[in-house]
Amino acid sequence: MKRTIEPYLWLLFSGGGVAAALLLPVLVLLFGVLMPLGVIDWPTVAHLRALLDNVLVRLALLVVIVLCLFHAAHRIRFTSEELFGIARYDSLIAVLCYGGAIVGAVTGALLLF
Amino acid sequence: MTRPPGSERATSTYRPPRDAFWFARTRNYTIFVLRELTSVLVAWTVVFLLLLVGALLNGTFQDFTALAARPWMIAVNVVALVATAFHAVTFLNLAPKATVVRLDGWRVPAWMIQGGNHSAWLALSVLIAYFILRSP
Repeated sequence: MKRTIEPYLWLLFSGGGVAAALLLPVLVLLFGVLMPLGVIDWPTVAHLRALLDNVLVRLALLVVIVLCLFHAAHRIRFTSEELFGIARYDSLIAVLCYGGAIVGAVTGALLLF
Repeated sequence: MTRPPGSERATSTYRPPRDAFWFARTRNYTIFVLRELTSVLVAWTVVFLLLLVGALLNGTFQDFTALAARPWMIAVNVVALVATAFHAVTFLNLAPKATVVRLDGWRVPAWMIQGGNHSAWLALSVLIAYFILRSP
């Protein structure tokens, strides 16, 4: 049987889907909506920096970032192909999607560590 | 002899024209595509969080809060909130279809797995909000 990378991509999709579901809504609610609208005060820089100073928090954040990016890349790959009927360019689209995820993952890793 | 218009394709394999608007034909298709498109906003949310982390570590937090408070940015993030919440509901509801849990031969019903997932979502959200918002 030919070995392919696809099962691992589906695994990342699935893991990223769970991470995104459990963690992203509350983060975007707080930092993207309630704080900018002034409903809640922004926390102090010192407080948020203190959270990030914990290496476990940074590590968890990086794992979440990588998983969510691969989840999104996988879904965007197949959705764009179905939506625009461009499945014949699958290899190019896959390179663009996962490539974008890898760029984001490296950016996150360089930022956090 | 000139061919009548269109006849040059008469002997090739017939390919039905692609329906460019298949996703708008039935409600289920539309919901399916909207669900898949939440991934774009998931990616955006990660980018937004990376901007936040970068601003915190580089000492440009004021610039970040100013950017986040722009009306168009709030609008984007409201869409991202709706999309990530929609993703969460649909993805967590899907779990019992992907994994069948058996305890001593008894199949754990779907609503229990889904209920557990949604409880975990709520608990984690409260926990994260607590750590971000608590006064130092």
